[in-house]
Amino acid sequence: MNDTIKFKIDSQEIVAKKGQTIVEAAKDNGVYIPTLCNFEGVKPKGCCRMCTIKVNNRFMTACTTPAAAGMEVENDSAELNDIRKSIIELLFVTGNHFCPSCEKSGNCELQAFGYRYQMMVPRFPYNFPQKGIDASSPKIIKDQNRCIMCKRCIKTIKDEEGRNYFAFQNRGSELAVVLDKKLGKEMTDELAKLAMENCPVGSIIYKEIGFEKPIGTRKYDKQPIGSEIEV
Amino acid sequence: MSKKVIATTSLAGCFGCHMSFLDIDERILDLVELVEFNKSPIDDIKVFTKPVDIGIIEGGCCNSENIEILKSFRENCKVLVSLGECAIMGGLPALRNGIPIEECLAEAYLDGPTVGENKEGILPNDPELPMLLDKVYPCHEIVKIDYFLPGCAPDADLIWNALVALVTGNEMDLPYEVIKFD
Repeated sequence: MNDTIKFKIDSQEIVAKKGQTIVEAAKDNGVYIPTLCNFEGVKPKGCCRMCTIKVNNRFMTACTTPAAAGMEVENDSAELNDIRKSIIELLFVTGNHFCPSCEKSGNCELQAFGYRYQMMVPRFPYNFPQKGIDASSPKIIKDQNRCIMCKRCIKTIKDEEGRNYFAFQNRGSELAVVLDKKLGKEMTDELAKLAMENCPVGSIIYKEIGFEKPIGTRKYDKQPIGSEIEV
Repeated sequence: MSKKVIATTSLAGCFGCHMSFLDIDERILDLVELVEFNKSPIDDIKVFTKPVDIGIIEGGCCNSENIEILKSFRENCKVLVSLGECAIMGGLPALRNGIPIEECLAEAYLDGPTVGENKEGILPNDPELPMLLDKVYPCHEIVKIDYFLPGCAPDADLIWNALVALVTGNEMDLPYEVIKFD
């Protein structure tokens, strides 16, 4: 039985395994489709829309759409890249993303997308919302000003019994990803560091060590996000 | 060809962007061949003395004086450039934007841990002092800004490339390393 399928991204032939999503298949073929809320090992949910592509001329999310034989995918086009840029701009103005004071700067995926799409200024007005900071855990700081609600911490940071350290609270404009007060106090060093690493922005900051890597040596100082996939 | 005229100012900024401007190092010798400076802290000319081609704005608007200067730049300059995070998004001063102005003043002059003797509870009220705005505004929310150069401070190469492009009318060289937000 043949378990590979063929389809096209921007006229390039892609060979995919059956069951792969378009993002996974593209990655295996050296084609980068930007993702933000998507996280390896976690079931994709397509909430940030950064991976928006056109499949047979219809807008779809590449992280949730399974690859199918013969589909024509549009990915790296001016239209789609501008849509992605506008998502990044919206995220920047919705929160308080002041990069110079953020410990995640240089390793931040949101910022890296700002660089990749050359965001010189957001096209939307700044909100300057007043949001809180939870520093009650001895290991981490949860800064709501920078949270983009991607749920990566909710999905990946759990204790041995599978209990979540992070959860959604409230609804609508009050929605926030909060740290469980009791579990937060018992957080291990390893898990706290993992939480900071898995957070795409600077909303989860590991206490005590900051600005560890000097400017010029951080993840996105020299190489754009996605360059590790692109051939 | 007559030289292009440049003006610069620092509104609610720290002069770091101007420092970064000087980081173009010996290229400043090439720059003086291309441009002449008008109103700017660099040559200390206080008022516009002729029409300006390129106005460079550092810092956002936190008080009435910032607004007045920014508007005078818009009137006198053909092209305005927001230089650095503060001009583009308010920057560090904008960290007060979520806090009511009364609380900011009370913290600074009445209740803060570093406040000395202020038994009468006086807030700065000299008529010569510019009025604080309710929040810190990005420059493009006050006047039309034509170009934006991010960074805190912006990379000297970014400033140089942008100036050369504006003066010569060529497209700007934008390598990945020069666009940074920190």
